[in-house]
Amino acid sequence: MASNEKFNFAQNVAEALADSQLRANFRFATDTLIQRRSTVFASPEETNFLRDVGSSMKKDVLANLPDLLEKFEAQCTKNGIVVHWAETAKDANEIILEILNENSAEKVVKGKSMASEEIHLNSYLEEHDKEVVETDFGEFIIQLCGEPPSHIIVPAVHKNRKQIAEVLAEHIEGMEYTEDVDIMLANVRSTLREHFKTADAGISGVNFGIAETGTLCLVENEGNGRMCTTVPPLHIALMGIEKLVENVEDIPAIYRLLCGSATGQRITTYFNMISGPRKKGERDGPKQVHLVLLDNGRSKIMNDPQLGDVLKCIRCGTCLNHCPVFTRIGGHAYGSTYPGPIGEILVPQIEGLDPKGAIASASTLCDACAEACPVRIPIPELIRRMRDESYGNADPSKVALSGYKRSCVESMVWRGWQWSQTSPVMNKMMLKGLALFGKWIPKVGPLKAWMSVRSKPQFGKNSLKDLVKKEGVRHE
Amino acid sequence: MSNSAENRERILERLYNAQQYGRDAYIPQKKVWNIKNQSKEKNIEEFTERMTAVRTEVFRTKGTEWVGELQKLVEERGQKNLLHAPATPTGKALAANWGKDSSCKLVTWKESIEEFKDELFDCDGAVTGCLGGIAESAAVILWPTEEEPRLMSIVPPLHVVVVEADSIYTSFQDAIKKLKWNKEMPTNALLISGPSKTADIELILQFGVHGPTDLIVFITE
Repeated sequence: MASNEKFNFAQNVAEALADSQLRANFRFATDTLIQRRSTVFASPEETNFLRDVGSSMKKDVLANLPDLLEKFEAQCTKNGIVVHWAETAKDANEIILEILNENSAEKVVKGKSMASEEIHLNSYLEEHDKEVVETDFGEFIIQLCGEPPSHIIVPAVHKNRKQIAEVLAEHIEGMEYTEDVDIMLANVRSTLREHFKTADAGISGVNFGIAETGTLCLVENEGNGRMCTTVPPLHIALMGIEKLVENVEDIPAIYRLLCGSATGQRITTYFNMISGPRKKGERDGPKQVHLVLLDNGRSKIMNDPQLGDVLKCIRCGTCLNHCPVFTRIGGHAYGSTYPGPIGEILVPQIEGLDPKGAIASASTLCDACAEACPVRIPIPELIRRMRDESYGNADPSKVALSGYKRSCVESMVWRGWQWSQTSPVMNKMMLKGLALFGKWIPKVGPLKAWMSVRSKPQFGKNSLKDLVKKEGVRHE
Repeated sequence: MSNSAENRERILERLYNAQQYGRDAYIPQKKVWNIKNQSKEKNIEEFTERMTAVRTEVFRTKGTEWVGELQKLVEERGQKNLLHAPATPTGKALAANWGKDSSCKLVTWKESIEEFKDELFDCDGAVTGCLGGIAESAAVILWPTEEEPRLMSIVPPLHVVVVEADSIYTSFQDAIKKLKWNKEMPTNALLISGPSKTADIELILQFGVHGPTDLIVFITE
């Protein structure tokens, strides 16, 4: 969320958990999405093979990223696409505004793009007097309410039918409250058609960029993306530098992985491959196509081979659906463009560990995300790394604000723990001490928090070690 | 103001520099997803079954029979007009066999989008040819051309596609290989698998959001 209030994750979580309607909406949505995914990926052998294909493909791209980017740029330029490079979110916003201004474009229709959410493009353009209309159905709803998306794939999933009906009745002129989905869609359709017709520019994201041919691939079901990229005379595409594939031949596998993981489809309604602006003789399509390549911290992530794995992500959102924590608290609590497991490892790296490192605590490390990830990102390992870095002292060129949580007391406690586990004498003394005096440990600090919802741990008279020594191990 | 060239230098420098950390890491052999090609009959059968499953209406016809069937369909549904491209084989066949007294009039795209926009947004439907179909993922492949602009398949509420039975490929992979996409891509290429749809309200599948509400496919031989 682009809010100025201090980010307080614990409070966000508490509020989300207290909202039973929100929890019901998310539970229903994630259960449904998991079930739909399983219909496409029914065979474990085939699915795992396909995930191997996706994983090795993206690993390969990352290993050769700068070369492929240069190749991609050259091919795009050859095709007539104007390529821009943005090092930060601010750069990207400025570049896009400048392109719009050069073409005196005032009204912009937008296709769904998480990268544009990441750089808060809408609010930037609105501050500079541009009219921005989100055209994906879900994005359109949340734009009307002034909310950020709560899910990467289904942005308005936190709202149920009644809540959406209220929003539409309030904001669309002449529309009355109705829970009839057909009427809602028809109204939104006619409202947005007018916008497509009159917009000066279309802005979209990019699902895959093909380096070999200089092609921008867009995956969608609604058709709004095709409208945005074809009807207005100007098309601006925004793409994270990691979203490349090398060859056209790579597309079928990665496309299936994306559709299957995101919505449980074999294929989306439209797969749109754009390789340039309107050519001479052609009678429609944008006269100019601009591509903005967004870094915003990504190249820095590449400095660490383990952390670099996060850039394999194709933004399918399936880790969100499979996460027991996300299912219960929803997307907004994370206060970040990318919520859920992928957000926990990406956002702290882009925005810094303070304060966003806190969201890495929202995991039970149950591994469900890693088992579902179509490109096999070892998400739990990276979540542990994020947690670790908050207390660590990594190379600042790799992780911003590493070690911001480090404290003397905690370091000493862990040093002591290490000693008690490596020295047999200390170990014995600790175990004896706890058996005798453990019940008098004062209820303060972390123990107090732990005990607010649990009973106090009881120490046995004999340690497990002693029992094993005395009784041996029974194999039952 | 942000300088794209300087940004480029810095981003690429950082990425090349980062390769000293990442290059030595184990990179597994790239795996490839292959699908075995199947017979033409099997392709048509799978294509029809999977396209129908996403609410596409699929008909199998011979020669130019499809024109008569289409005329009957659109007249029944009360379509007033149908956009077509008379310079293409599909458009030519359509124009030659269309009933003169039909209640549905054939219209053509005039000039460029700037001049034609209002008329286009008022069209009831459009008929296009295509480059082929894909059985495994169930889609038609469109490469819009000068004669058949890309908006024909997205703006009108009805889209009719005519696909040659011989050009239905088993898989997307096979289509890419046979059509040599790696050599040259058109300005815009598309896969279309059904009518436009959304599931943004309570994940209920609803058809006809921004693009066509109906997709009709004629397989011809």
